[in-house]
Amino acid sequence: MNFAVLQFPGSNCDQDCVHVLRNVFGHSARAVWHKDASLGEADAVLIPGGFSYGDYLRTGAIARFSPVMQAVQQFAENGGLVLGVCNGFQILCEAGLLPGALIRNRSLQFRCEHVFLKTVTTDSPFTNRIPQDKLLCVPIAHGEGCYFADEATLAKLKANNQILWRYVNAQGEPTESANPNGSLENIAGICNERRNVAGLMPHPERASEAILGCADGKLIFESLIHALQNKSAAKAA
Amino acid sequence: MTEPAITPELVAKHNLTPDEYAHAKEILGGREPSYTELGIFSVMWSEHCSYKNTRPLLKTFPTKSPKILVGAGEENAGIIDIGDGLAIAFKIESHNHPSAVEPFQGAATGVGGIVRDIFTMGARPICALNSLRFGPITDENPHPASGHPLPSDGRGAGGEGSMVSTEVLNNRRLFAGVVSGIAHYGNCFGIPTVAGEVYFDKSYEGNPLVNAFCLGVLRHDQIARGAAKGIGNPVFYVGPATGRDGLAGAAFASQDLTDESAQQQRGAVQVGDPFMEKLVMEACLELLATGAVAGIQDMGAAGLTCSTCETAARAGTGIEIELDKVPQRAPNMSSYEIMLSESQERMLIIVHKGREEEVKRIFDKWDLPWSEVGVVTDTGHMVVRHGGKIIADIPAKKIADESPIYHRESREPEYLKAVRAFRLDGILDTQSPLDDLKQLLAWPSIASKNWVYRQYDHMVRDGTVVNPGSDAAVIRIKGDSLPESSNGKSVPEKLIAMSVDCNGVYVYLDPYEGAKAAVAEACRNLACSGAVPLGATDNLNMANPHKPELFWQIQESVRGLADACRAFNAPVTGGNCSLYNQNPSGPIDPTPTIAVVGLVEKAEDVTTQWFKDEGDAIILLGDLVDANDPIQGLGGSAYLQVIHGKKAGSPPRVDLDKEKELHLALRALIQSGVVKSAHDCSDGGLAVALAESCISQQIARDTPRLIGAEIDFSENAALSRDAATKPRIDALLFGESHGRIVISTSPVNAGKVLAQAKILGISAAKIGTVGGATLQIKAGEYTLSGDLRELHDLWWNAIARAMN
Repeated sequence: MNFAVLQFPGSNCDQDCVHVLRNVFGHSARAVWHKDASLGEADAVLIPGGFSYGDYLRTGAIARFSPVMQAVQQFAENGGLVLGVCNGFQILCEAGLLPGALIRNRSLQFRCEHVFLKTVTTDSPFTNRIPQDKLLCVPIAHGEGCYFADEATLAKLKANNQILWRYVNAQGEPTESANPNGSLENIAGICNERRNVAGLMPHPERASEAILGCADGKLIFESLIHALQNKSAAKAA
Repeated sequence: MTEPAITPELVAKHNLTPDEYAHAKEILGGREPSYTELGIFSVMWSEHCSYKNTRPLLKTFPTKSPKILVGAGEENAGIIDIGDGLAIAFKIESHNHPSAVEPFQGAATGVGGIVRDIFTMGARPICALNSLRFGPITDENPHPASGHPLPSDGRGAGGEGSMVSTEVLNNRRLFAGVVSGIAHYGNCFGIPTVAGEVYFDKSYEGNPLVNAFCLGVLRHDQIARGAAKGIGNPVFYVGPATGRDGLAGAAFASQDLTDESAQQQRGAVQVGDPFMEKLVMEACLELLATGAVAGIQDMGAAGLTCSTCETAARAGTGIEIELDKVPQRAPNMSSYEIMLSESQERMLIIVHKGREEEVKRIFDKWDLPWSEVGVVTDTGHMVVRHGGKIIADIPAKKIADESPIYHRESREPEYLKAVRAFRLDGILDTQSPLDDLKQLLAWPSIASKNWVYRQYDHMVRDGTVVNPGSDAAVIRIKGDSLPESSNGKSVPEKLIAMSVDCNGVYVYLDPYEGAKAAVAEACRNLACSGAVPLGATDNLNMANPHKPELFWQIQESVRGLADACRAFNAPVTGGNCSLYNQNPSGPIDPTPTIAVVGLVEKAEDVTTQWFKDEGDAIILLGDLVDANDPIQGLGGSAYLQVIHGKKAGSPPRVDLDKEKELHLALRALIQSGVVKSAHDCSDGGLAVALAESCISQQIARDTPRLIGAEIDFSENAALSRDAATKPRIDALLFGESHGRIVISTSPVNAGKVLAQAKILGISAAKIGTVGGATLQIKAGEYTLSGDLRELHDLWWNAIARAMN
């Protein structure tokens, strides 16, 4: 598969995403510069973490206007799969490709630590390979990861089964102390109504190799790759 | 712009002595310096840039090893060969005074500065560490009865009720500000902050210490030099425009910190922009890969001044720059201001003539300001033009290399007599070991630092193998750790371990032994993680060198660092010296921080400090207590400070030969695959080390992995001695004798470990078994039994409780 990993000035997880896709999964992954108006050969787009444009004004607020994001809009409209991690999630919300917003952590402090994630639904290209009831241990690293949305939006998210991951404790319960940033209903990641665009604050690319302590993040990439393979199989048929 | 006339007062204001001024005139061929030149001499000859008070001492460091590619003092950072054509560049640097004045920006720019020093060498920065000191953040924090009886200061006993809270509040403000400043810069830049240390002590009140370390990786053929080579080569200024911030910060850092200077000098604190630095780094590494660069140097301390003088001096050339071409943030800046500004994230790049276009292309791509500001000349002079006039013309090599050198008077401080005479007779042995253990675990200097490192991104770059919270951090070097290169050969993965250490109380009580102890502990931490030392970088945080007692502390500390680094084959590749760390209430405890970097051979050798499985045997490597120590390892101990309110007694001595054998033995055991966990005994002694082995593994947020242990010393030889030589219970549990490591191994291997230790010539004894829901220690007539959940809560949340 061909992955386009966006590279904004201030992206700092772009290399990590490319590394995992190439060296852990053996797929081709290219960095695509923010000034490029085209994504080139791409089966899926990954928007990595970091501080795009220094996160000035508001996280992701400037990135959404970059030429490459116009290409991503088009790519998503055509049904292409887009995954945003951390700053990538913030950018997708700012760009209107995902509902809601990510605001300052309740603690008002940056948080970097492993958290447990419960996968709410396996019915998405980003979760289809995750075993039911399997808790994922994945690190977070953000200062503005508190997911917020108005009641109508939240109701819609639930009605359409768009909540993909929740922060939970070791027993799988979405408790307050398991919530690292104050996110509404412990929401860690969501997808759009059409289910081809998703974002999450935790970093699966930091949990895809045993040497880094845990490899649960692989399941998210495996789901994405599986979905792409089905797609191309469908195309072929 | 009319420049002020040079008067003796003006010279004095620039911290130049009459002799130094005379020497400056001599260098200028007898003429009087211009105002700008005066400023240039002032910063170039500040301690921060010239090491004029410490250079003779620093020369005594061991600096040679076949692995060293760039040695101490040669460049912005030392470089060490790690095999397979790869190398690491690393260095530690202080930002103490700026952090005292403006903690957030002071600490943030400290990180920015050290990161620049690393990519200036052509390396890609891959991780950061820091070493921090603050005044107490809790009211209960005991104040040493012994105080600081240095003749040179009238430090009050402090600690009187109402006073404390304001002091404590201020200490918390500085602590919180520094930590968020480091987090802000490192997180945004995208470098993992993987380890560090934090101590709280009265002596740092008002004068916190902020030492930042950075390590980068590169191929041998990617080493860049800070030299203005090639007559006629153009000189480029890249990065953000120059403003009035950080004016003469280097000079500010080289004087006593007083309330007054702090107020006046707030403008000397730079303002950092990590986003800008990230872009500047990427652009510089991209440019270096083209081979268009003849020389490169960051504009750190003394900004444009230092970078131009030093690059010319290193190459033995001259350099001519035009200030009108320097991008400027503020209107009508004087040449003095432009030359002395310490605006951040700026670089000076000397480019091979004819390849200017590559600079423009790459810096335009990154939307970064660049400007061709000058040219390399053969005059040997640093010539600065502004508004058509020559405003500075100084022999570059002379000003850089002929800075004054002082051999300061040194006298052993009076207070050491009392320290050495201290005995335990007046001190009642522990009455309730469990309560003492709880107090120690909750003492901010010993308590978990998760409140700090959870604010740092410590995992970005996918290389952190051992996260903060074990003895040493371990980082994986992989292909994308390196800067871009035409030679795209794939590289084998490498594992680098790092630890930064210094117990300032030890150093205060015995500068020589305390400094040795700092190196020994750093190397012990490396050994516990399975690493062999490669090299070290030091940060001397000291007080006023003009006071003989204080200079003696510096001298003895350096002697201790040098002897220990020699013993552990950890040559010093560079470092930093911060003097005048003195606040209104007196000097700081001398704090010669040392960061040691090592290599772990195989991934299987990476070892962590926490116990792993029920039933494993717990073995103590090393002697239970140092029989030759009249105060049984309690000198300067956390126990005496916390439980008895005393900062007293000679600190435990390090036997370098024994210590080295211990590390060798531990590594041998680790490499033979029988060691499941290894944790060294340091602050708080054996009991704290055991407790930490039970409670320090963190699976995820709010999910510690607690595993108990049953320890029994009643069988131990040392305890079956007669009353006279029998160790005290408090010494046994909380004494801080060096050369002791707690390891665990599966029951089947226990015998093997003991036998192997015997062969390797180190004492080893099985002291207990892993398992259960409590930490139980039988010592003499006492049995201590602590509930793990409670111990963990006290240790894990202590700092959060103080801060939130």
